[in-house]
Amino acid sequence: MADPAPDGATPLLRVRDLVKHFPIKGGLLGWSRVAAVHAVDGVSFDLARGETLGLVGESGCGKSTLGRTLLRLLPATSGSVELEGKDLFAVQGEELRLLRSRLQVVFQDPYASLNPRMTVGEIVGEGPLAQGMTSSSEREALVRELLAKVGLNQTHIHRYPHEFSGGQRQRIGIARALAVRPEMIVLDEPVSALDVSVQSQVLNVLSDLQEELGLTYLFISHNLSVVQHISDRVGVMYLGKLVELAEVGALYAHPRHPYTVALLSAIPEPDPTRRRKRIVLGGDVPSAIDPPAGCRFQSRCWLSERLGNPEKCRTEEPQLRDHGPGQVAACHFSEELTPAAVEAASTGGSFGDRALS
Amino acid sequence: MAAETLAPAEAERAEQIVAGEHEGLVRMAVRRFTRHRLAMLGLVTLVTIIAIAALAPVLLPMDPITPDYENLGMPPSAAHLLGGDLSGRDVLARVIYGTRVSLIAGLGSVVVFVSIGTAVGLIAGSLGGVADQVLMRITDIFLSIPPLLLIIVFISIVGAGLGSVIAVIGLVYWPQTARLVRGQLLGLREAEFVTASRVIGVREREIVVRHMIPNIFGPLTVVATFGVASAILLEAALSFLGLGVKPPTPSLGEMIASARTPSVLQEQPWVWLPAGIVIALIVMSVNFVGDGLRDALDPKASRRG
Repeated sequence: MADPAPDGATPLLRVRDLVKHFPIKGGLLGWSRVAAVHAVDGVSFDLARGETLGLVGESGCGKSTLGRTLLRLLPATSGSVELEGKDLFAVQGEELRLLRSRLQVVFQDPYASLNPRMTVGEIVGEGPLAQGMTSSSEREALVRELLAKVGLNQTHIHRYPHEFSGGQRQRIGIARALAVRPEMIVLDEPVSALDVSVQSQVLNVLSDLQEELGLTYLFISHNLSVVQHISDRVGVMYLGKLVELAEVGALYAHPRHPYTVALLSAIPEPDPTRRRKRIVLGGDVPSAIDPPAGCRFQSRCWLSERLGNPEKCRTEEPQLRDHGPGQVAACHFSEELTPAAVEAASTGGSFGDRALS
Repeated sequence: MAAETLAPAEAERAEQIVAGEHEGLVRMAVRRFTRHRLAMLGLVTLVTIIAIAALAPVLLPMDPITPDYENLGMPPSAAHLLGGDLSGRDVLARVIYGTRVSLIAGLGSVVVFVSIGTAVGLIAGSLGGVADQVLMRITDIFLSIPPLLLIIVFISIVGAGLGSVIAVIGLVYWPQTARLVRGQLLGLREAEFVTASRVIGVREREIVVRHMIPNIFGPLTVVATFGVASAILLEAALSFLGLGVKPPTPSLGEMIASARTPSVLQEQPWVWLPAGIVIALIVMSVNFVGDGLRDALDPKASRRG
């Protein structure tokens, strides 16, 4: 398989063949394992220090599960994750607790992710205290500094989460993650719950912090515009698999997987005079309990349909193949993805045509 | 990008102005409780009843036990404001003393069942695994025994009296509390703020103490409040059935029991009606207060602006 490392340097995070299956218990007492949801099924990628990797895919494709497995919030079924060569899955107990400071998370829901009965100072200051990075007497100064860093009013340190807006709460969540001086932050849909105007503010805070502190981000989102804005590289997930991984420019300019093409065609076009053709995927995502053999995207693939549903798509699982520098895609027929093919598979745009004529 | 990060500061300053003054959790709860009219009415009624029950025996020379044979079943008069019962005892005095007994039984049994239930629920919910399974099956067993059967067996073993009433009501009601506490803990275990603390490296023990337990106080207070009402009703029912406090100790339930005689029920309402009204008042007030607390104690339900 092609090595998806962006360059020769040692990556900060190295993920190899990560698998996370959720067993489905059955039987009379619910003790026997009858099936498993294949949430993440053999994902590999590297993450360089200071880089932002966007991870996109529709609901249920396993992107959040991937993030939670990396964070050791869920036990992995198999595979490995190394943080600067250190096997994250081999660490236990107190060592794990202390190691956790290096890898942080910001959650999607700014309401659920803050304890309603703690003040901002207690929430943000909890990590450094638990990690032994500060003393009780120095905590307040540290928290004030962090609040300023994420653009919050320092005098609000004694307020409770309910006294803040969604965007402010998300900044508190970011300050909490920063408080333990992480090297990497998993951003699990950090702006999806916010108003569009607030989204860009929070994204800018994240960009500024990355520049200032040299942070590495794994940015999980279903919003392709947001991912394009913030990412250096983008990975596309479908049904537990990484189907394409490329530099952001390359991915958006010439996607090499039919699923990526379809996703990109769904980005809303802000300019109404420009006609936009879309590829509408038929059907639903197949069940992750019993994923289809061969290519997982085959049941909804417009390219496969256009090529007359080749046998290969149904029988042979495509591996990630190289398509130019730093771009890999898992499709047997990437070469068939010509502009003409995309054009022929697209629908819509007729309204725009009429309006222009 | 620097210019862009200045703009949000402006926007959020406006939001802060709208959000108003900083307000602590206690003050917010008080503000929301006082806004709840029925809860305030219930609280005032309850405080009045408690004050009368607590102070009247001290301030007024009344005797709920000694019969006055001039007053046998007499209607209200200047000497006996609510008349006399079938043994010639002053009804007003008995209602006041009976209220004391009811309140003590209600509060006492709530202390008992909330303590047992919280302890069991905390252990089951925070340890999980085998301890959880064993404790919850025991809880199920208690829930599957008809309460009245449990009460009658218990009382016939240890004998009637205020202490046994408190103990037996506690015994009947603790499983619900245990389930509530365990359920809350299980829910909180998956809450995102708990996950966030775990990622930050907070020890499991501290997560339980700092993040989980404080967040079950609200629901627990509400359950305890409603529990007072249920316990007072159950105490009255037990006394009505002769399973409660021992005569001649006055009890509201026992006073209502005298209405089992058709002639009393029809012709001497002053014997039983005051006790019935007081029970209804207490139970309704407590329930209103419980409603108000439920709304006031949930910081998540806060309205912004």
